[in-house]
Amino acid sequence: MVGILIVAHSEQLASGVKEFADQATHGQVPIVAIGGAIDGSLGINAEAIRDGLHRIASDDGVLVLVDFTSAALSVEAVLEDEPAMRVVISNAPLVEGAYLAAVEASVGATLEETAAAALRARDLMKVHPEHRQRFR
Amino acid sequence: MQITVDHVIRFLERVAALIREHATELTELDTVIGDADHGTNLNRGFSAVVVKLDTLQDGDIGAILDVTGKTLLATVGGAAGPLYGTAFRRAGALLAGRYTIEEADIVAALEVALEGIVERGRVQRGEKTMLDAIAPGVETFRNAIVQGKPLEEAAHCALAAVEEGMRATIPMQATKGRAAFLGPRSIGHQDPGATSAYYIACAMVGLDANPTSDQNVA
Repeated sequence: MVGILIVAHSEQLASGVKEFADQATHGQVPIVAIGGAIDGSLGINAEAIRDGLHRIASDDGVLVLVDFTSAALSVEAVLEDEPAMRVVISNAPLVEGAYLAAVEASVGATLEETAAAALRARDLMKVHPEHRQRFR
Repeated sequence: MQITVDHVIRFLERVAALIREHATELTELDTVIGDADHGTNLNRGFSAVVVKLDTLQDGDIGAILDVTGKTLLATVGGAAGPLYGTAFRRAGALLAGRYTIEEADIVAALEVALEGIVERGRVQRGEKTMLDAIAPGVETFRNAIVQGKPLEEAAHCALAAVEEGMRATIPMQATKGRAAFLGPRSIGHQDPGATSAYYIACAMVGLDANPTSDQNVA
C-alpha cells in the first residue's frame, strides 16, 4: 500500500492532519507525521523526514504532503541520498490533500493514482461562489 | 597556497561566531519580510556544526563539508537548511578524500555549491534571495583567482561583490520564499538570506591565516 508522509513546520499541525486522515481510513494506510524543528520550535528537521520515509517506504511508494516550500526543499534534499525510494512530493493543500490521498491509498490505489487524488484537493469547492460574500 | 583541514575548521568556526553575533539582526530582517526566524535558525544550525566539528578533526575536507551540510539540514529548520545544506554537501562531494586544497579547488567548490542552491531553490538572480549576494561573489572570486590574485585578495574582492549584491536586494520585489507573500510590500527591505550569505563570505577572509593563530577569529 502507498504510504503517506505529512511534513509541516509544527508537530501539532502534522499530527492533527494525520489524525484526520487516519480516522477517514480507519488506520489502514501507513501515515507518518513529521513536524517541528530539532528543538521542538516551528521548523523542519530533515533527519526526522529521513526516518519517517524509511518507516513507510515500500515498492508501492510514498506520497509526501507539505505545508510550505521549505518543507518540500528539505524532502528533496533528503531524497538526494535515497535514489531507490519511490516518492512523489505533492503540490496539494496539506489538509485536504492528505485526506483525499489517504482515502485513495486505502482502496489499494497506485502512487500515481494517490498523487492525482491529492491534487484534486486544489479544486475542492468548499463554499459556493454565491456564498463567498460577507453576510451582514 | 595550501588550505588544510584545520583552515576549513577555523573557517566554519568563524561562520558560526559571525552568525551568532548577528543572529538578532538576521531575525529582525526576517521579521519584516519573512517568518522571523532566520537568525535563530542559522545560529542553531551552525552551533550544531561546531559541536560536530570536534568529532571530525581526523576527517578530510570533503567529509567535514558534507557533515556540515547534513547538520544544517537537520537543525536549521527553515528553507535556509536545505539551501545552505545542499551547498555545503555539493562542495563536500567535490572535495571528498582531500586533506589539502588549492585556489582552483575553492573556485570549483564554490561553483558547485552555487549550482546546488540554484537547483534546490529553483531560483534565479533578481528574486531577492541569498543567490543575489552569492552569485556575484562566486563570479568575482573565480575571476580574481583566474587573474592570478592571491587568495586573500580574491576573498576581499568577492566579499565586496557579496556586499553589493546584498544591498541590491533592498529595492527588489521578492518572488521566492515567504517574502513573496508580501508582493510589492517586500520592496525596500534587505533580504535576510542575502545578509547571512554576506556573513558567511566574511568568514572566507582569513581562510589562509595560520590555523594555530588566534588572530584570524573575526
